[in-house]
Amino acid sequence: MTPLLSLRHISKSFPGVKALQNVSLDIHAGEVHALLGENGAGKSTLMKILCGIYRQDEGEIIIDGKSCDFHGYQDALDAGIGIIFQEFSLIPYLDAVDNIFLGREKRNRLGLRDRRGMVAEAQRLFERLKVTIPLDRPIVELSVADQQFIEIAKALSLDARILVLDEPTATLTPSEADHLFTIMRELRQQEVGMVFISHHMEEIFTICDRVTVMRDGEKVDDCDTASTTPDDLIEKMVGRRVENLFPKRRCDADYDDVVLNIEALRLAPDGPEYSLKLHRGEILGFAGLVGSGRTELAMGLIGATRPVHAKVSMEGKSIKLRHPATALKQGIGLLPESRKTQGLILPFSCRDNISLNNLTQFQGALPLIKRRQESRTAANLMDSVRVKAPSPETPVGNLSGGNQQKVVIARWLGHQCKVLIFDEPTRGIDVGAKSEIYALMKELTAQGVSIIMISSELPEILGLCDRVEVFYQGEIAAELEGENISSQSIMHHATGGLSA
Amino acid sequence: MSQLASTSSTKPQSLKTRLARWRRTPIFYPLIGFIVVFIAMSLINDNFLTGSNMANLVRQSSIIAIIAVGMSLAILTGGIDLSVGPVMALSGTVMAGLMVAGVPPSLAIILGLLVGAGFGAFNGVFVAFVGMPPIIVTLATMGIARGLGLIYTGGYPISGLPDSFAFFGRGSLVGIEVPILIMIAVYALGYVLLSHTATGRYLYAIGGNEEATRLSGIRVSRYKLLVYTLSGTTAAIAGLILTSRLMSGQPNAGVGFELDAIAAVVLGGTAITGGRGMILGTLVGAMLLGVLNNGLNLMGVSPYLQTVIKGLIILLAIYISRKRSP
Repeated sequence: MTPLLSLRHISKSFPGVKALQNVSLDIHAGEVHALLGENGAGKSTLMKILCGIYRQDEGEIIIDGKSCDFHGYQDALDAGIGIIFQEFSLIPYLDAVDNIFLGREKRNRLGLRDRRGMVAEAQRLFERLKVTIPLDRPIVELSVADQQFIEIAKALSLDARILVLDEPTATLTPSEADHLFTIMRELRQQEVGMVFISHHMEEIFTICDRVTVMRDGEKVDDCDTASTTPDDLIEKMVGRRVENLFPKRRCDADYDDVVLNIEALRLAPDGPEYSLKLHRGEILGFAGLVGSGRTELAMGLIGATRPVHAKVSMEGKSIKLRHPATALKQGIGLLPESRKTQGLILPFSCRDNISLNNLTQFQGALPLIKRRQESRTAANLMDSVRVKAPSPETPVGNLSGGNQQKVVIARWLGHQCKVLIFDEPTRGIDVGAKSEIYALMKELTAQGVSIIMISSELPEILGLCDRVEVFYQGEIAAELEGENISSQSIMHHATGGLSA
Repeated sequence: MSQLASTSSTKPQSLKTRLARWRRTPIFYPLIGFIVVFIAMSLINDNFLTGSNMANLVRQSSIIAIIAVGMSLAILTGGIDLSVGPVMALSGTVMAGLMVAGVPPSLAIILGLLVGAGFGAFNGVFVAFVGMPPIIVTLATMGIARGLGLIYTGGYPISGLPDSFAFFGRGSLVGIEVPILIMIAVYALGYVLLSHTATGRYLYAIGGNEEATRLSGIRVSRYKLLVYTLSGTTAAIAGLILTSRLMSGQPNAGVGFELDAIAAVVLGGTAITGGRGMILGTLVGAMLLGVLNNGLNLMGVSPYLQTVIKGLIILLAIYISRKRSP
C-alpha cells in the first residue's frame, strides 16, 4: 500500500547546526504515528518542514505518490495537512463557529455572513468527531480540551487528511486526554493519518500504531508499537555519546551541611507538598518534562509566587518566602527560564544589567550611585564570568545568547548568594558557551555556593548534578542519587513510571 | 575587558565618536528639532527673539514642564498619569481655600502639596498593589479629582488671596522669575533622581522589563507607588504656580494639560512604552511646545490651526523617534 504521506531523506541545516540529517518517515491512511525524541532531536524542525514553515535543504515530501513543493504554510494546508500547534491559533473572544471559518466565512446571496450555514457545517464537523461543544460561547470560556477539539475541527474543515498533533496532551487532564484519544480513534476509522508527538510513554502505547524515534537530527529507528517496549524506546531516545562538554566530575557537596531545608512547601491550596534539602556546594537537578512543575517550585522558592504554606529554613534559621527581594536578602537568587523576558533589561547596557540589584553597594553617605565604582565592579564581574563584549556600556541586546546568560549570572555574583537557581541555563546557546557556563557552575560550587539546576536536557543533568529530583505532573516523583542517576531512570520517572 | 572600558572613558575622543555617542542618546533628536523650530521662529518673527518674549515663553511653559516631570516618571516605568490636570486644579483650589479661611500661606501650600501627593499615592496604590492598568486608574481618578475640586469650590474660583502669595507666580529672585526657578529646581531634582540614584535606575528597569526587575529582587510595587506619588506632587507644584499667578483658585484649570505633558515627554525622546528616556529631554520637549505656541501666536496663526500644526509636529517627532529606536 502506498503511504498517504512520505518524507524522503530530509536534511536541513541552520547556521552552525545540522538540524536534520537524512530523515525519512511514512504515514499511512488510518495510522497514528508517534514521533519520539528528546528536546532538540529535530521533531519540531521536521514538522515545520512538513507544514511548509521551513524548507528542507535536501529530500522530498510525497503525498499520495505525488511530490510536493511547499513554499509556505498555505501550500501545506492546500495539500491536506493540518497541524495542531502547542500554542493554539484561535481568537479567544470569538466563538467556535467564527474561529473555524475565520478568513473564509460562508456568505449568503446578499454577500453577508451566512451564520446559519456555518453553524450547520460546524455541527457536522463536531458530529464527525462525536463531541458536543457550545457553538456560541467565546472560546476563552471553554476548556483547553474543547479548544483543542475546535482546532481539530478547523483542520478537518480544511479537508485535512494528515493531522499533526504537537504534544496535544501536555495541557490536558487525564480524562480530557482520553476524550482526545477517542476522537483520534474515530479519525483513524475515517482514514486520517496522524502524527502524534508526546513525551508520555503510556500515551504512545495507548493510541499509536507505529513509532519513529529521533535523536540528534537523525532517525534512530521506526517500528510497530506492538513490537517494542517503553524501556527499549527510551534507550533509543537517549543513547547518545556524552560529549566532553562537562567539567571533570567532582563532588563539592558537603552532605553534613544543609544550606536550604525545605521541610514543607505548598504552592496551591490543593497542590502537592514539596520537601527537599540542599547541601553546601551541591548541584541539585530538577529533571522532568516541560510543565512538570519545576519552574513553579523555583518561583515559589524565591517568593515570586507566594506559597500558601511554607516551612523553610536557611542555614538552620527559619525564613519567609514573601518576595524576590526577601529571597535576595537571604542569599537566594534565580536565573530565570527566559533570558529575554524574565532575565534581562534589554534596553540596558551590560553594566546596568549587572548592577541592577547591587546598586545600594555603590552608595555613600548620600543615596547617590558612585558611577566609577559601579563600572569597575561590573567590569570585574564581567571578567570573572568571561563575558565577551566590547565594553560594559555595550547594550546587552547586542550580545549572543551565551554572553547574555553570563551577564545574568554576573548579576548574582555581586551578592554573597548561598543558593542559586539556574532555570534552563543553557537553552538556546551554543555548545562552547554551554561548557563555559558548566565550568562556571562548578567554580561556584567549589566556593561553597549551592545550586539548583532545572534542565530538560538529560546530558546536562547527568553531567553536572550530584542529586536529582525528578518531577512528574507537578510532583516530585523520585529523588535519585549517585549511581541511580541515569537517563533511563530519569525518563522512567519523568514519564509516569510506566516503563518499569 | 575592564581595561578596555576604563581606557576608553579616559582617553580624549575624536569629535566623530563623540558625535556618534551623542546621536544615540534619547535627547539628540529632540534637541535638533528644538533648535530647528527655534531658528525658524526667530527668522519668521522679529519679535520672537527678544529678552522679554523669551522670559515669557519659558514662564508660560513652566507649568506644563513641571507636570511633565512627574509624567516622565510614569511613562518611563511603562505607565501614564492622566489625572495630572485635575489634581493640579484640586491642589491649587485647596491652597486658595485654606488661605481664604485664614490658614497661613506656608501651611496652606504644604497642605495643598500633600493633597496632590496623596492623590498620586491613591493612583499608585491601585496601579502598584491592585495591579490595574495605569491608564484606567488615572482616567477614573481624573474625573474624581475634577469633581472634588468643583465640590470644594462650589464651581466658582476662590479669590481674595493674601498678597504675599503672589511671590510664587509673579515674583522674581536674583533677576529670574520664580516659576522658572521652581521649574529649574524640579528638573534638577528629577535629573539627580533618575541619573544618580538607585531608585532612578529601578524606574528605568521597571519600564524596560518589569518581570526581570521583580525577579532580580527589586520591590517593583513600592517604586511604582513612589512614581505616582511624585507625579501627583509635581502636579500640585504646578497648581501652586498657577494659583499664585492668577491669584485665585480655579477649579476648572488644567483641562487638557495631561495631553500637553504627555506630548512634552514624548517629544523629549522618552519611549511611550517605557524604559528609555531622559528628564532633560522632557524639558526640551516642553520648551519645544512652548516655542510652537508662542511663535504661532506671534505669527497670528488662528488657534484652531495651531492645534492642527502641533498635532502634526508631534506625529512627525514620534515617527522619527520610532525609526531610529532599535
